[in-house]
Amino acid sequence: MASSKLRPFVLAAGLAAAAAAANASPRYGIGRPATQPEIAAWDIDIDRDGRKLPAGQGSVAQGQILFASQCASCHGAKGEGGTGERLVGGQGSLASGKPIKTVGSFWPYAPTLFDYIRRAMPLNAPQSLDTDAVYAVSAYILHLNGLVPGDAVIDAASLAAVRMPNRDGFVSDPRPDVPGEVRPR
Amino acid sequence: MSKGRRDGGGLESPQRRHLLGRGAALVGGAVVSGTVAAQEAGSEPNGPPNIPDWMKVPGADVGSEPYGTPSPFEKQVVRNIPKGLPQYISASSRTPLQELDGIITPNGLFYERHHGGIPEIDPGQHRLMVHGLVETPLILTMADIRRFPSESRIHFIECSGNPGFEAMSGRTASDLVGLVSCAEWTGVPLKTVLAEAGLRPEAKWVVAEGADAAALTRSIPIDKCLDDAMLVYSQNGERLRPQQGYPLRVLLPGFEGNMNVKWLRRLNVTAEPAHSREETSKYTDSMPDGTARQFTFYMEAKSIITRPSGTQRIDRGYNEITGIAWSGHGRITQVEVSVNDGRTWTVAQLQAPVLTRALTRFRLPWTWDGTPTAILSRATDETGYVQPDFKALTQVRGMKSFYHNNAIIPWRIAESGAVSNGFVKA
Ligand code: HEC
Repeated sequence: MASSKLRPFVLAAGLAAAAAAANASPRYGIGRPATQPEIAAWDIDIDRDGRKLPAGQGSVAQGQILFASQCASCHGAKGEGGTGERLVGGQGSLASGKPIKTVGSFWPYAPTLFDYIRRAMPLNAPQSLDTDAVYAVSAYILHLNGLVPGDAVIDAASLAAVRMPNRDGFVSDPRPDVPGEVRPR
Repeated sequence: MSKGRRDGGGLESPQRRHLLGRGAALVGGAVVSGTVAAQEAGSEPNGPPNIPDWMKVPGADVGSEPYGTPSPFEKQVVRNIPKGLPQYISASSRTPLQELDGIITPNGLFYERHHGGIPEIDPGQHRLMVHGLVETPLILTMADIRRFPSESRIHFIECSGNPGFEAMSGRTASDLVGLVSCAEWTGVPLKTVLAEAGLRPEAKWVVAEGADAAALTRSIPIDKCLDDAMLVYSQNGERLRPQQGYPLRVLLPGFEGNMNVKWLRRLNVTAEPAHSREETSKYTDSMPDGTARQFTFYMEAKSIITRPSGTQRIDRGYNEITGIAWSGHGRITQVEVSVNDGRTWTVAQLQAPVLTRALTRFRLPWTWDGTPTAILSRATDETGYVQPDFKALTQVRGMKSFYHNNAIIPWRIAESGAVSNGFVKA
């Protein structure tokens, strides 16, 4: 009991059984079925492998123009930060006393950049960029971080293929991790 | 006085307004020092033997406030809103913990953390989509959601950055850990809604998305969804406040606040987490070796003394020490208080009810002899976990992990009775 609580995040066992149990409760006949076009229009979360990335493309050059007009006011002309966060640099700093966490130094998966910009940026007009524009600014930010060349054109396949420097930098939750804090009941 | 009263044509008494002004000055003084010297008998206009002015005229009309608000004498009890931020679209405000009693946070004082501002959502137009690894993808209206069997439960929600490891210099309890609040929530168990759509066996995560301008997205492990997770539409008896996700939010008792997605519009049942920006770039805990812990969901046991606490002042003699304790892993089983800077600890009294994953109020009677000291509290939860001190925490995690700081908070008491943050050099 205690040990299961102390190591609560174990997904392995009992999942299928749990799903079955959830399905065993009565159906109430509430709501209506969602249609495929409705789902397609709202289903905007992109997986880390980029399988759900949409068709479309954008170049670093287009991204540079868009970034200057739509993003630079908050993030700085070269993504150095301002009202909005710093988006560039910091590679190699994570284990130092002063880690600089940016898209280039910290983000594990490139498709997340498309996902986040599409849903949340620019801060003052989210969901205003079309698919090609989101690819373009993503390409530009990756280029500023030295992760794609200046003549790159980014689409679903090429964005998914970008290997982020901190891809393997994440570990699972080891807590409780502070020694001596667990006391017998 | 109130607009309603004038509009209602009730008595408008100049005397009443006069009273209000004088009262405010008096109360202000008393709150600040707590040491107003006993007045000479008969010198207080509304104390004995005089008849208080407010007994000599009828009060405000019934219904003069269609939605009641606190007494004007409580004007200072408001959210703790940081000043001078570059923008307030993605920001937070804190609950004034040191001003509150009991375990329930008044709805207007619940802490806020939004990433795309507070949307104004018409519940008649709001839709929840449930799709992905389900038998029947569903669209639910708010009316639909309220038809499911409902449940009410009391739980805290706490932001995981409460406070950051490098932000320990706050003056008040609110400055330090005001990103925690507690309410009675009403809604439908998430598992009921998932069962309505029919989970497929490969379902391992549910990606929840808000209808705010950040379309905030977090992935929730399926075992939590099938355990105590809820979709809630009410908070302390009334509909959710816009700041808490009106008309619908996820409630994941004990999990970091950010996962309790507000303004919920979509649940995508998946085999893998989304690895969204809020679970990679943010809400991951950076360690000294450069790695970052991901999916650090639970808020571990924590407590803070809210009275006496920073910026307050105490008198010699009897003082009640009181505060709140909570754990994402279950019930609080014990809170100990030290009145001598951690040398010895005394078990505090826990106020019933002591509920799982809810704030728990503790108290300890104390007589202060006037010697400068520091007072601390530490919580133990039902797993046997004991709240650590800051040094022990940062020895393991360094100073850059930002999230999940549940360190013991010391309050220093000066000879004057002034209370201040024990982390800040006197
Ligand atoms: C009005 C100011 C503003 C504008 C304009 C803006 N941003 Fe942002 N951006 C922000 C803020 C503030 C945040 C942090 C939001 C948060 O954490 O909730 C942010 C966060 C981001 C992040 C995530 C950074 C990280 O490391 O987690 C990315 C990427 C980003 N913006 C890209 C863009 C792009 C691309 C544009 C232009 C299309 C843009 N932003 C326009 C203010 C802005």
